[in-house]
Amino acid sequence: MKMTLGPIPYFWKREAVHEFYEAAATWPVDVVYLGEIICSKRREMRTQDWQEVARLLRDAGKEVVFSTLSLIEAESEILALNRWVEQGGLLIEANDWSAVHCAHAHGLPFVAGASLNLYNHEALDFLQQRGMCRFVLGVDQGAGQLQALRNQFPGGAQRFPDTEVLVWGRLPLAYSARCFTARAQERSKDDCDHCCIQYPEGILLDTREELPFLCLNGIQVLSAQCCDLGPELHQLQALGVTHLRITPQPSGTGAVIERFRQGLNAATPLERQGDCNGFWYGNPGMSWVSSATPI
Amino acid sequence: MSMELVCPAGSPAAFAAALENGADAIYVGLRNHTNARAFPGLNFTPQTLQEAVRQAHARGRKVFLALNTYPMAEQMALWKESIDCGVAAGVDALILAEIALLDYAAKVHSNTPRHLSVQGSATTPQALRFFQEQFGITRAVIPRVLSLEQVERLCANSPVHIEVFAFGSLCIMVEGRCQLSSFVTGRSPNCHGVCSPAEQVHWEEHPGGERQVRLGSVLIDRFGPEEFASYPTLCKGRYQGDSQPYYALEEPVSLNTLALLPRLAQAGVVALKVEGRQRGPAYVSQVTQVWRAALDALDSGAPFTLKPEWQSRLAHVAEGKQTTLGPYHRSWQ
Repeated sequence: MKMTLGPIPYFWKREAVHEFYEAAATWPVDVVYLGEIICSKRREMRTQDWQEVARLLRDAGKEVVFSTLSLIEAESEILALNRWVEQGGLLIEANDWSAVHCAHAHGLPFVAGASLNLYNHEALDFLQQRGMCRFVLGVDQGAGQLQALRNQFPGGAQRFPDTEVLVWGRLPLAYSARCFTARAQERSKDDCDHCCIQYPEGILLDTREELPFLCLNGIQVLSAQCCDLGPELHQLQALGVTHLRITPQPSGTGAVIERFRQGLNAATPLERQGDCNGFWYGNPGMSWVSSATPI
Repeated sequence: MSMELVCPAGSPAAFAAALENGADAIYVGLRNHTNARAFPGLNFTPQTLQEAVRQAHARGRKVFLALNTYPMAEQMALWKESIDCGVAAGVDALILAEIALLDYAAKVHSNTPRHLSVQGSATTPQALRFFQEQFGITRAVIPRVLSLEQVERLCANSPVHIEVFAFGSLCIMVEGRCQLSSFVTGRSPNCHGVCSPAEQVHWEEHPGGERQVRLGSVLIDRFGPEEFASYPTLCKGRYQGDSQPYYALEEPVSLNTLALLPRLAQAGVVALKVEGRQRGPAYVSQVTQVWRAALDALDSGAPFTLKPEWQSRLAHVAEGKQTTLGPYHRSWQ
């Protein structure tokens, strides 16, 4: 199985992003996803910066994928998407149907992002015939659903597309037109003053019982809990998962990757470090299920 | 051209109310998990659907069948049979979100028009072009995330007709892309046709009159003795950061775009959708009557003025008893 580093969901300063990827070039990951996926107003990184980072990572032997904006609303965002597809020379992770259309119209392969709602084998087959080279399993989908997809897929395991699963990080749960970070500061989205740069890990929300619940990141809502499928690595392998995705965090990402890399080479399963894995077992996503549980 | 008024019906009685009070089209779901309001006791059997279509067609109105949830690999047969059932009943369009079902409907029932459901999460002309080229959709219901200016531009550049949400409960997330409910309860709009399901709601009343409400194990809100307590939809609870508890995502309000009617018409929106298949005939009657009156006033050609009576009648049936222009009004975002 290959290890991948997902796109940075948060808004970090330009220098921090460059530093992060300079370090990533030395980490044992095979694939790195780049690009701004949450808000087109986040412009610390210019196109040239991303190109520089892409070169650095490719020189370090990584496959580089450009991840597209999760919610596209403005024409300027469409134009930016077209430019990336036409000139970027990078594989695209399509995070909405505009990006799928764009890649397909240019006859280019694409990775289908986790929010495209590919819940059945016919949908996978349809997109595979239109250029999808890999898909990221939906955040709410788990082992049972992946097994069913594989069982039903026309042409069987040999033709089944490469499969990527989020194994570490906060779960991306929802997207809105509203910027929740601006709202938390009592600002409107048009007058946000890029305040999300003050929150390199988003804004944590507790319930009124002071239990961690959600995390606000611009127009995105994440879980406060960190998903950890480390103890499930053997299940992932048995289900033919080809790519394991780690979500970047401001510190400690290298150690997380190291842990999973060791887990891949070890005979015994990894000890639990994260908070939740419920979706993998078909349970509420925030729950934790023991890896000894039959799937 | 006048805009079509598309009203909800979760039962034959609500259907009759919509028909009686002037809906141009009525959208319904079957009594199974193939639609986004799969609530106990709600929706239509093949027989009641057939009868509803007969009644609507006798009065020159239309019936749309919503099949807007996402089937898993082993569930495809039920969803396809439900499409077949709708076509056999003579529905005027299928409202679909999922690409394999759209593909099936386009190939097997090419003569029945296909509308892209709001659950399909298409927000740009390019995304709509994909669905139009691949599946021949003729209309799309767009997610409640675009501002009015964006709706106007989308209408100008869209390859298909645009239907928008005009009134009802306000989903504040991009429809089809919200997993808050499954995160907490294991049940979601996408896969189960429910959000924040009632069977997992637990109210607790404390001495002194304070109430608190949970969804599953998660505390969604607390209310003082005099405070209005709303249904614990996940995105409308009060949570806390560094601050006092606040409505971090949205207040318990509903969408009401009556004031935007002339601009929506001018933009070229072809149809206005009223949310609420889970609501009863009284809601459907009230809302259909008011919107019919407003649309007729608009179509009369006389200068359009909002009647206070319309707004008060709508406010009376709105969730949370407050209404908002929602994302159409840029400052909401």
